[in-house]
Amino acid sequence: MIRWLLLALGGALLGGIVHLATIIILPRTATQDAYSRLARSAPVNTVTALPAPAPESAPMPFMDPAFASAVCRYDLSKGPLKLSVPVSPAYTSVSFYTRYDIAYYAINDRAAGRRVIELELMTTAQHNQMPEDEDITAADRLIVESPTPTGLIAIRALAPEPGLMPMARSAIAAAKCTQEDEPKASQ
Amino acid sequence: MRLLLGSLFALVVAAVVGLGATYLALTRGAAFGPLTIGSWTAWPKTGTVDADPYARASIARIGRLPTALGDGVAFTASADDNGRPLDGRCDVVLAGVTPAARFWTLTLYNLDGELVANSIKRYGFTSQEIVRHADGSFEIVVAPRANAGNWLPTGGVERYVLSLRLYDTAVGVSTKAGREVPMPAVNVRSCP
Repeated sequence: MIRWLLLALGGALLGGIVHLATIIILPRTATQDAYSRLARSAPVNTVTALPAPAPESAPMPFMDPAFASAVCRYDLSKGPLKLSVPVSPAYTSVSFYTRYDIAYYAINDRAAGRRVIELELMTTAQHNQMPEDEDITAADRLIVESPTPTGLIAIRALAPEPGLMPMARSAIAAAKCTQEDEPKASQ
Repeated sequence: MRLLLGSLFALVVAAVVGLGATYLALTRGAAFGPLTIGSWTAWPKTGTVDADPYARASIARIGRLPTALGDGVAFTASADDNGRPLDGRCDVVLAGVTPAARFWTLTLYNLDGELVANSIKRYGFTSQEIVRHADGSFEIVVAPRANAGNWLPTGGVERYVLSLRLYDTAVGVSTKAGREVPMPAVNVRSCP
């Protein structure tokens, strides 16, 4: 009897390890996560407008229907990315996600303080490679470091009333994310 | 033979305990550091790089993009103030005010995070669409049939969740529930 109790206890302890291991591995094996869903419809390093969520179909669950949204699925392996998003009249935000859908940075129109949100996205290695003088002269350049070489940028504009949705959509439609050809040569 | 049987038993226990706990954690939406105000709960940390493994696993399983903390904070409610699950066949009233934010939106989803079909194609409200009382407070009726004022249709679904998202707000990781962060009360007015 004691033997079986000990075995059950050992099994439960092992179960704890199984539990933690599955929780940690799950994001890496998920095939229906937001990145994988969007990878099918969003080409790399370009802005793709997402259809508005509707009861029958939505690009992903729990989307806010009051927003016009677009994504830029990026791959920094060939160099940094430049992003520019014109702000809409109400509220515009740009959120950065890793390959595993973890938000690591976000900025909104008020924080940007301009009519166009402009920034550069690069990996830590690419940032370190930047010539130092360029780093200093570029003090007003907003540089964001991505923890993973691939990921998602979500660009969203709020339509405070349904009638303002076309305006929000057109602001999003003018957003651009482009790869710089030569990461270091740019003056 | 006894050894084989014994280890097999221990492994079965391990699988049941381990996978069962994972399943429960993912379906109950467990993550560290919840901010609970009345019926509403938010996980501000889930929108940052400090998201814990439970939050990461649940994000991957659901397939959503979490609201980034620099963007806003998303509160959800799946039960009323008495702890009863929200039922789409009842009239539920949200009354009160929200914490300071530039904008907020309220959206109704089914448990899978899909919008619920209804005759007037209204899936939520934004802070600008709401009709308010003179003191700035508001009342939203979440009900299957048309109501005067701010009516959010449920489409008659059995269970739903409400998501109240605050955009450009000071509410964040260090926020504690208190008077500075009032959330609307959620009460059932009538149930058939």
